[in-house]
Amino acid sequence: MGDIRILNPPDLGTLIAELRARGYRVMGPTVRGDAIVTGEIRTVSDLPRGRGDTQRPAEYRLTERDDRSFFGFAAPAISSKPVFFPAEEVIWRGRRDHDEGHFTVERDRPDAAPIALLGTRSCDLRAVQIHDKVLAGRMYEDAHYAARREHTFVVAVACGQPAETCFCASMGTGPRPAETNPETGEAAYDLLLTEVLDEHNHHFVMEIGTEHGRQVADAIEAGDGDEHDHARALEITDAAAKRQTRAIDTSTIHGVLRASVESSRWEEIATRCLACTNCTLVCPTCFCTTIQDVSDLAGDEGERHRVWDSCFSEQFSYIHGGPLRGETKSRYRQWITHKLSSWEDQFGMLGCVGCGRCITWCPVGIDIVEEAAELTRMSGLGSGAARS
Amino acid sequence: MTTATHTHDHDHAEAPARPKLAVWKFASCDGCQLSLLNCEDELLSIAEAVHIAYFPEATRAVVEGPYELSLVEGSITTPEDVKRIHEIRAQSGTLVTIGACATAGGIQALRNWADVDEFRSIVYAHPEYLSTLDTSTPIASHVDVDYELRGCPVDKAQLIEVLAAFLNGRKPRIPSYSVCVECKLKGNVCVPVATGTPCLGPVTQAGCGALCPSYGRGCYGCFGPQDSANTDALTRQLTELGMPDADIVRVYRTFNAGSPEFAAASDKVASRTTEGGTR
Repeated sequence: MGDIRILNPPDLGTLIAELRARGYRVMGPTVRGDAIVTGEIRTVSDLPRGRGDTQRPAEYRLTERDDRSFFGFAAPAISSKPVFFPAEEVIWRGRRDHDEGHFTVERDRPDAAPIALLGTRSCDLRAVQIHDKVLAGRMYEDAHYAARREHTFVVAVACGQPAETCFCASMGTGPRPAETNPETGEAAYDLLLTEVLDEHNHHFVMEIGTEHGRQVADAIEAGDGDEHDHARALEITDAAAKRQTRAIDTSTIHGVLRASVESSRWEEIATRCLACTNCTLVCPTCFCTTIQDVSDLAGDEGERHRVWDSCFSEQFSYIHGGPLRGETKSRYRQWITHKLSSWEDQFGMLGCVGCGRCITWCPVGIDIVEEAAELTRMSGLGSGAARS
Repeated sequence: MTTATHTHDHDHAEAPARPKLAVWKFASCDGCQLSLLNCEDELLSIAEAVHIAYFPEATRAVVEGPYELSLVEGSITTPEDVKRIHEIRAQSGTLVTIGACATAGGIQALRNWADVDEFRSIVYAHPEYLSTLDTSTPIASHVDVDYELRGCPVDKAQLIEVLAAFLNGRKPRIPSYSVCVECKLKGNVCVPVATGTPCLGPVTQAGCGALCPSYGRGCYGCFGPQDSANTDALTRQLTELGMPDADIVRVYRTFNAGSPEFAAASDKVASRTTEGGTR
């Protein structure tokens, strides 16, 4: 057990103000329209106080809770993915200079304001770690992503409110975040909050993850906590883990998918799959993009944009002569195999964090957990079978 | 993956002659032509880049063909249309059809399911003066079309993109994926999932900028089927969301009723209603 502090509900506003005073743009859960999304938090009133959600395959409903919780919901409709990895960005602009007979190229630089993530659940925190590896932790760094990620301050939330669609416990990614990023060994968060909603005793147990976090905790004069408070926090996440009903067996799924390339299941899934791309675009780890060049009518000015793309679109795999994955069955196979199997070969980790968004936001409720289980059953490589 | 475009450095010693543009109308409401006139900020640049040679919606001046680029609005509904579209094709270099009428037959393709003689006798005092076809069909059913731009009406930005691509000798950057992609790019929350409102977005091609879902409405399918439309799966979901079969038939049969995918989807639902009684 590290340094434990206690935050009372009014202190949350002080924390937000402190982070803003330190120059951070605070991003966290907020209600927009019919859902909780990730957006800018300027004051404590931007948080979804007293709001909850119910999530089922193909169904999300924003609800009113009978308490005054701040984080009483599961994965927001929009994760923190777009904070560091926006849906569309300009990579460079070019202009033709007729007199000089050449082009001038201007690189676009992302806004340098550092981000403070507030209320990020462990599933989404793990997703950021995955993106750190994929986008900025290999031979070539994505400069825009790395610039946005610089100096990020993280106030994570240990999740006490899993939805029916959640399965982070089985993926080993939650509901309580690991203290350190397994790839880098660095602290996973600066501060970690567990919201305690006991009757007449609404408060947050705050764990300190970094020296920077401690400075912020000191600055807002967060009161001291003890081992009982920490134990209560652990109880909450233990209970949340136990409430999860969906699970993927991570010890076998890698081999199952490798063995399922010719499975008849893909054909069956394709009868249900809309190839709409929703699963990939709500996924906090999906990172595929396309490059789009735009020009003005005269061809004198042009821009290169990077835009989110999806392996479910036909154009995604288009090369000279036609798309490599012309049929939906091969696109679903590609996606789930990448998430739960080949991602590991590629990056040394799984690409799924168990947030359940692809289940909730699939308009026809295709369930990655159910498909993983069915493919496991059909392959005969379930628990007990040796992993290939 | 979209192919990156390499812009070649042209010799600019002499300004090349502006290509002649013609804009033609068939059975339609003129809304797509108006989208061109609505390009207010870009209209002068368009007029500089092309020679607007034939565009009765905008000018009475007519310059003789042939035309390097023809934009064709509207569907083919009369024997005279059939003759005229062949003449237009013959004097056009590149022929681009614009809008749901020209690319799918438009709302008037509802006649394809009805008795045109009956319509004629109800609507016109002297139906005998009228020479019309039993069907409304897209331009591509009659002549070769170089590019089809979807929408009811077409999207202004996409229209400019097609013109820019033509002028720069490159491929238009027009996605054929679903409206869902545009919703996600805009940060919209999925309307059917969050509210239970029926939405054609998953089977509809992007292009409008997810206009209706951005205002909490379901998509009406104005841009026709996306490249991988699974209408069977969507029909099941519409039923699940409580939409009666008669309404499902109607949502597929609007501006893009004549598109093969939406037509087949509506026929399927209509036939199960007939066979299995009312739902």
